[in-house]
Amino acid sequence: MIEIRELTKSYPVSGGTFTAIEHIDLTIEDGDIFGIIGMSGAGKSTLVRCINLLERPTAGSILIDGVDVTAMQGSQLLALRRKIGMVFQKFNLLMQRTILDNVTLPLEIAGVEKKERKARALELLELVGLSNQAGKYPAQLSGGQQQRVSIARALANHPSLILCDEPTSALDSLTTNSILKLLRDINRKLGVTMIIITHEIGVVQKVCNKVAVIDSSVIVEQGETAQVLHNPCQLITKQLLGEADWDG
Amino acid sequence: MAETILGFLERYGGMLLEETANTLIMTGTATLFAYILGLPMGVLLTISQPYGIWPHKRLNRVLGWFVNIGRSLPFIILIVLLFPLTKLIVGTKLGVRGAIVPLIVAAAPFVARMVETSLAEVDDGIIEAAQSMGATAGQIVWKFYLPEALPSLTLGGSISVISILAYTAIAGAVGAGGLGDVAIRYGYHRSNPPVLVVTAVLLILMVQVIQSLFNFIAWKIDKRIRQ
Repeated sequence: MIEIRELTKSYPVSGGTFTAIEHIDLTIEDGDIFGIIGMSGAGKSTLVRCINLLERPTAGSILIDGVDVTAMQGSQLLALRRKIGMVFQKFNLLMQRTILDNVTLPLEIAGVEKKERKARALELLELVGLSNQAGKYPAQLSGGQQQRVSIARALANHPSLILCDEPTSALDSLTTNSILKLLRDINRKLGVTMIIITHEIGVVQKVCNKVAVIDSSVIVEQGETAQVLHNPCQLITKQLLGEADWDG
Repeated sequence: MAETILGFLERYGGMLLEETANTLIMTGTATLFAYILGLPMGVLLTISQPYGIWPHKRLNRVLGWFVNIGRSLPFIILIVLLFPLTKLIVGTKLGVRGAIVPLIVAAAPFVARMVETSLAEVDDGIIEAAQSMGATAGQIVWKFYLPEALPSLTLGGSISVISILAYTAIAGAVGAGGLGDVAIRYGYHRSNPPVLVVTAVLLILMVQVIQSLFNFIAWKIDKRIRQ
C-alpha cells in the first residue's frame, strides 16, 4: 500500500517559488491500477516522480508498505528504485543496445547473474509478445513495440509497483488499446500495482479501477473510477470527460 | 618528368617517409594520452553540473576553469611555456619526444570539451530511466552515457585527431620533427616549393583518410540508423 500524505513540491524560481503539487493525499492499495489525470502542467508528472524520488518532495510523506521513503538516501534509495518499475511516454530505451539487452539492464544494475538475467528477459519478452525481436535494436521497432519493451524492462526486477508516465501519449489509438490491454493483463496476472499518469480520460475509463483528478497542483476529486466518472463534481473532471461546454 | 620525380624521391623520399611516420607517432601518442586525461575530465564536467547525476559545484567550476585556460592559450605559446616541464618529463624539449608533452597538454582540454558535447547529446530521458532503475553514478556513466554516446564520441574523435595533427605541424616551428617541421625548414627557410607542396599533399591525404575512417566506424557502430 502506498500512502501519500500532505505531499508538496515547490521549486525556487527567479522572484519566488513555483509550487508544482500541494497537499496531495492519496492512498493506493496493492493491486490497484490507479489513474492520475490532469491537464498539462497540472503537476501529475512531478507527483509520480516524487514516488521514486526522482524529485524530492518539499514537504509531506510517502509511505510504501508503512515505510516513509522521502528521507531515503544512498544505497537505501537505490534499493528502493530497483524495486519500482517505470514506463515513460517516450519509452527511453537505449538505442545502442538490443531489445534483449535493454530488458536485462535493470538486472545488470541490480547485480543479477548473467544467465539468470537472460532467462528472465526472454520470459518477459514472451509475456509482452516480442520473443522474436530479442536481437533487434529499438530503432527497428514501432512505437508500440518499443513501449512493450519498456514495459518488459520495468518488470525485470520483479517490482511490486510500476509507475507509468503518460505511457500511451506518444501512440495512436489502436496501439494505445493494445498497450492498455497489456498493462491490465500484467496487473491481473502478476498482481503488480500500477500508477498511470495521463491526460486522456479514455485511459482511465479502460483500465483504472481508481482515479484522482489533479488540477493546478491539487487533487480536486478522487475515488472509484466508475463513481468519479459517472458523477463528476468538478468542472475540470467534466471538461476532461468532454461534458462541459468546451467553448464556454 | 619521370626523371624529375625520381630525382625528387631519391633526394627527399626517405626523409618524407620518416617525417610522415614521426607525424603519425606524435599524433597517435598525443591522442591516446589526451583521451586518457580528457575523457574522464569530459565525463566529470558532464556529471558534476548542477542538474547532472553527480552535482558538484566546486569541482565543476575548477575543471571548467582548467579546461578554459588550456584552451585559451595559443599552442605555440603553450609550447614555449611548457619547455621546463617538457624537459623535466621527457629529458628534451626538441624533436618528436619534446613535442608530445605540449601536444597532450593542449589536446586534453580540447578532448574534454568534445566528450562533454557528445555526452550532452544523450537523451535526458535515458538518464532519467537509468536513475529510475536505481543505477549508481558509475553505472550511469559506464552503461548509459558512454555506450549511448559512442557514435558521437567516435565522430568527435576524428575532430580531436585532426586538430592534434594540425598542432604537430605548429610544433614543427620549434623543431618538433614531423611534416610540419619539414614544411617550415624546406618551404620557408630554404624556399623549396616542391617539398612544401608534397608535404601539404601528404597532410591533406592523412586528414582525408582519418576522417573517412572515423566516419565509417561511427556509421558501423551506430544502431540508430539502420533498419
